[in-house]
Order: sequence, then C-alpha cells, then structure tokens
Amino acid sequence: MKTLNEAFDAGKILIPYIAAGDPDLDTTAEIIGELDKLGVGIIEVGMPFSDPLADGPIIQAASQRALAGGTNISRIFKMLEELRDVKTPIVLMGYFNPIMKYGEKSFIEDALSCGVSGVLIPDLPFDEGKEFYDICSEKGLCPIYMVTPNTKEERLSQIGSKARGFLYCVSLLGITGDKRGPIEGIKSYMERVRSHVSVPLALGFGIDSPDKITAVKPYVDGIVIGSAIVNIISEKADMGRKAIVNEVSVFTSALIDALRTALQP
Amino acid sequence: MDLKGYFGRFGGRFVPETLIPALEELEEAFYKAINDEAFMAQYRYLLKDYSGRPTSLYFADRLSKHLGDIKLYLKREDLNHTGAHKINNVLGQILLALRMNKKRIIAETGAGQHGLATATAAAKFGLECHIYMGLEDMHRQALNVYKMRTLGAEVIPVTSGTMTLKDATNEAIRDWVTNVSTTHYVIGSVVGPHPYPMMVREFQRVIGDETKEQILQKEGRLPDLLVACVGGGSNSMGMFYPFVNDKDVKMVGVEAAGYGIETGQHAAALTGGSVGVLHGSRSYILQDGNGQIVPAVSISAGLDYPGVGPEHSFYHETGRVHYTHATDDEAIEAFKLLCETEGIIPALESAHALAFLVREHKNIEPGTLAVLCLSGRGDKDMEAIKGKLFEEEM
Repeated sequence: MKTLNEAFDAGKILIPYIAAGDPDLDTTAEIIGELDKLGVGIIEVGMPFSDPLADGPIIQAASQRALAGGTNISRIFKMLEELRDVKTPIVLMGYFNPIMKYGEKSFIEDALSCGVSGVLIPDLPFDEGKEFYDICSEKGLCPIYMVTPNTKEERLSQIGSKARGFLYCVSLLGITGDKRGPIEGIKSYMERVRSHVSVPLALGFGIDSPDKITAVKPYVDGIVIGSAIVNIISEKADMGRKAIVNEVSVFTSALIDALRTALQP
Repeated sequence: MDLKGYFGRFGGRFVPETLIPALEELEEAFYKAINDEAFMAQYRYLLKDYSGRPTSLYFADRLSKHLGDIKLYLKREDLNHTGAHKINNVLGQILLALRMNKKRIIAETGAGQHGLATATAAAKFGLECHIYMGLEDMHRQALNVYKMRTLGAEVIPVTSGTMTLKDATNEAIRDWVTNVSTTHYVIGSVVGPHPYPMMVREFQRVIGDETKEQILQKEGRLPDLLVACVGGGSNSMGMFYPFVNDKDVKMVGVEAAGYGIETGQHAAALTGGSVGVLHGSRSYILQDGNGQIVPAVSISAGLDYPGVGPEHSFYHETGRVHYTHATDDEAIEAFKLLCETEGIIPALESAHALAFLVREHKNIEPGTLAVLCLSGRGDKDMEAIKGKLFEEEM
C-alpha cells in the first residue's frame, strides 16, 4: 500500500468517501476494491455514529443504515484486514465517542495493523485531541486535521505545524453535502491556508459533480467527494451489490476524468 | 474550571473546527459582559421587571408535614415569566447576542420551556428566532409549540434519530455550523462546548444566590439540604453552585429513571451511564458498548436527554453532590402530592426532585431544613399526565 505522501506524487487526486456498512460491509469492501482499480488517490472510509453533527442528511441516513446492520469499529477493521491487496491508502473518518469507547490506544494500534494510513475526527479539534493525535503521529497513523474558511491565521499555522499526510480544507461554513459548496473566493482561501501549511491540501464538502471539480481543481491537491457517492449507493441499494458497484464506478470515473482533463486556457 | 473549560476531566470543546472561532468570540464577549456594569445592570433589570425576580422562597407547610420532620421550602422558579427557570439564562444570552451583533437566534428545546423562553426574549428584542424541536416532543408539548409560534418563532420539527432533545441539539449545532457568522446559538442547559456550561451556570446562579439570601432572612441559617432535578442540569447547577463551598449544605441531584434504571429505559446519565463525548463536551452519557448514543427515556421531555453537564460529572466524581434518580411513576406520585398539599402544579421535571424527598424522607434526619428547586410549572404537562391521573375515567 502507498503512503499518504506518495498518494499525491502523481498529481491531483480524487478522495472518495464511503460510509462503511451501507448497505453492508461486503458491499463496502467491493466498492473499495473497485475504487482502487479506478485509480483514486485515497479512500476515506466513514465509521458510523448515531449523532454525526458535522454531517448532512445523506451521510446521517447512511450512518443509521450502517448501524442498523450492526456495523462497528471491530467489524470495519476486520473488513479492512481482508483488503490487503488494495494499493490505495485508506483514511478512517469518524466521531470521537466510538473511538474513545473502543479504546484510543487500541484503536490506533488496530488501525495500523490493518493498514490504515490516517484518521480524521471532525469533532476532535487538534488542540482538544492533542494527546490522541500525538500518539497517532508517533506511531505512524497520520492525524488528518480539518480547517475551515473562518479558521484564524494563528490557528492555521499551529495546525499546519502538526499536519501529516494532508490537510482537509472544508469548502464552506456548513455540513457535508451542502449544495452551496464550495464558497466563492476558494482561490484566496487556499492561498491563505497554503501560506501556513506544507502538506498537500484536499478540499471537501458540497463538491458533487465534475463541473465543480473543474472549477476548483487549479487551487487544490485533492478533492473529497462524499455525499454524492453515498447518495448513489443509497439510491441503488435495492438493485443489488453489482449495480451499486457499477454505478459508483461510472460516477467516479467521470470525476477522475474531470480532475485529469487539462485545464482549458 | 481551567482555561480550556475543564472541570476536572470533564468539559472541553469537542466540536467541528468551524465553531472554534464562534466559541472563542462568545467566551471573550461573555467575560467582557459580566465585567461590564452596564451589561449586568440591564440583565438584572430584565430579571426583575421582565421576569419577575426575585422568585419567592416559599415554606411549603402542608407538604412539610406530609414529609415528617423535614422543613421544606420551595424555590419558586415556576413563577418566572414563561413558567420556568430557563428565562434566566436566555435573557443573559440574548443580551450577549445583541452585543455580538448577531441578529439571528437558534435554540434546541425538549419540553419546550427553553424554546419558549428563547422565543419570548427574541420577540422582545426583535430578533429572528428558529427553534429546533424533536417531532416526538412537539406532540408531547403541543401547547408550547403554539406559544412559540405565536411569539413569532419558527419551530422546526426534527425527524432524525429519536426525534427528541438529543436530535434537536444535533440539528441546532448543524444550523450553527452553517450560519455561524450571523447566528447565536442559545444552548438551554449547562451542556455543550466551553464556554456554555460555565456561562449558563453563571446566568442561572441567580437561583442559588437568591435562595441563600432568602433562607438566611427567613431561618437565619443555611439549609441542610438542597434538592433539584437534573436533565442537562441547569436549574440544579444554578441552585447548587453558590453553595458549593458551604461544606455543611448537602446537595442532591435527581435524574429521571424512566421505567427504572434496571430496565435500561431511563435518562439517568450519571447514575446509569458512563463517560463519553456528546454535543461538544466530555461528561457522563448514555451509550452502548460501541460508543453509540442510547436514547433516553422519561415521561418528562425536559429530562429526556442522554447527557448531563460536565460540571455535574465533576461533582459526581468528587462526591460534592449526591446524584440519585426517580422513576416516571414516582414523579407522577410527587406531582399529585404537590398539587393536593400546596395547590401548586409543578412541571414533571421538578416533580422528580420532590419524588426523592417522598421516597427518602424517612431516612432524612429529623428537623432538616431543605430547599427544593421548583424549576417550572406544570401547565405544559397536563396533556401528558391526563391519562396517568384519571385513567379510570378516560
């Protein structure tokens, strides 16, 4: 498996997000395999939480379905354990309470032992989670921090000095799946962040189409697509695993094309 | 409390990065405001002339007789404008919102008392107001929904999760993340990320401060025992906090045990939960073995919350406050008792506090001077309790 740093070597990358266990973990595993084949840069795997307060309705609903199906951190690790031939680095995304309950140290160790490259916790800011994130960094699990358009300079530079792998730049003031994203002035936002941060910058929240990718790609190193993919999975849920994987594949390919197409002068 | 908002190992700021600047701004504005005599004068003026404070400390003589040798006073927070202690905090926060130039107000509500207080203060100051309320609670507390709408607030039904206070809080946080530059989020209890638990306590401590003055006047001494109900824990914190350093004053916080702690169907985070992170702070919460939040269960919509304020968790661990619980049935019995002995219809939340005294009065030392925080009045609960009191006729 590649490291997060290596993931950005080949140029701008797509970072799809999928909600683990929606509709079931076997499907999640197949989708991960397919995304790997398509050549996405990093795969973000969401761990469900009952009260995901940074997420919009699409990911909330996916989390509920995953929980109803019995998805938990141990089962997600077990699934990842069996995906050893996947070359694309995997980042786990989830809220802090289930991680605390699992045991912070065990979580870090078990994540590493099944090949996970990084962890992103939207309700654990860098300073609140200092102890946890320091252990992550020390053990080699990249803490993926988030910044938002209203993050102040001083905080940006503190976060910048701690960041490993890449930095997740939230595209707007809002929650996942917000159609308004990204904000206008993305260029100056990214320039402002870049002046404090040396790791690659990924932009996410509300980016749901090839057109939006085309609009923002000059300014970023990676683009996260979450709710749009999760939405396809939920819409195709009744049609079976093969149809789901196929639809995700078609959509993701179009996104990758948009990202790779040279900018028109 | 330390500078990061921790009470021992409880508290903190577990929120999406988007909210950090807003919480820093709020913290700064709060400290400036409470040190600004003009602000405090306006706050005190509103408490007095708008809400009707000080609320009385009333000697419940017939109820006392019923409880044996306890001399029981009721701190009549039910006599506040809008019918509960919630207005104390809301007036403070609305004045802060005005200082921060935030013209849009949002709040979560369970029983509707906090939503009602927020809608009231927003109307008074001409601010746009959106109240998030679980659909389930909107049915249980229909009267308060009409009141809020009459006052010009938009009541937004929350249909996610369990459709109660926890989910309304999630939605309010999502709204705040989205509209953070124009909006102030008026949290209704001593929960949430720093500075809320400390700030709400400071706006509620008027309950305990007044009680202290009034009991000294009436009895010439401090009470032996304070009793209050605990959901998120704002009325109890407001009552307890000014007495924390008075070592001889015992304090009892009463959580909602729903159908009974042993059934797992309850709302008692301290006595039946474990430590976790919910809605921005580390505290005791109701959760399963995977760290998923377990829905709370209580007849009282205001106590129906799977978390509790971090400062309560701290007092629970240090032992400064004794936390116990009362079931739905015990609360209903206490509700009836207060109606019949004193002619006061209490909120079901407050009835939980009284239920502790009804159950335990035989184990309380004779001659004990006790104060119970009667946090709200029961009008809003008449619909919910109708079927319980007059089953035979229904």
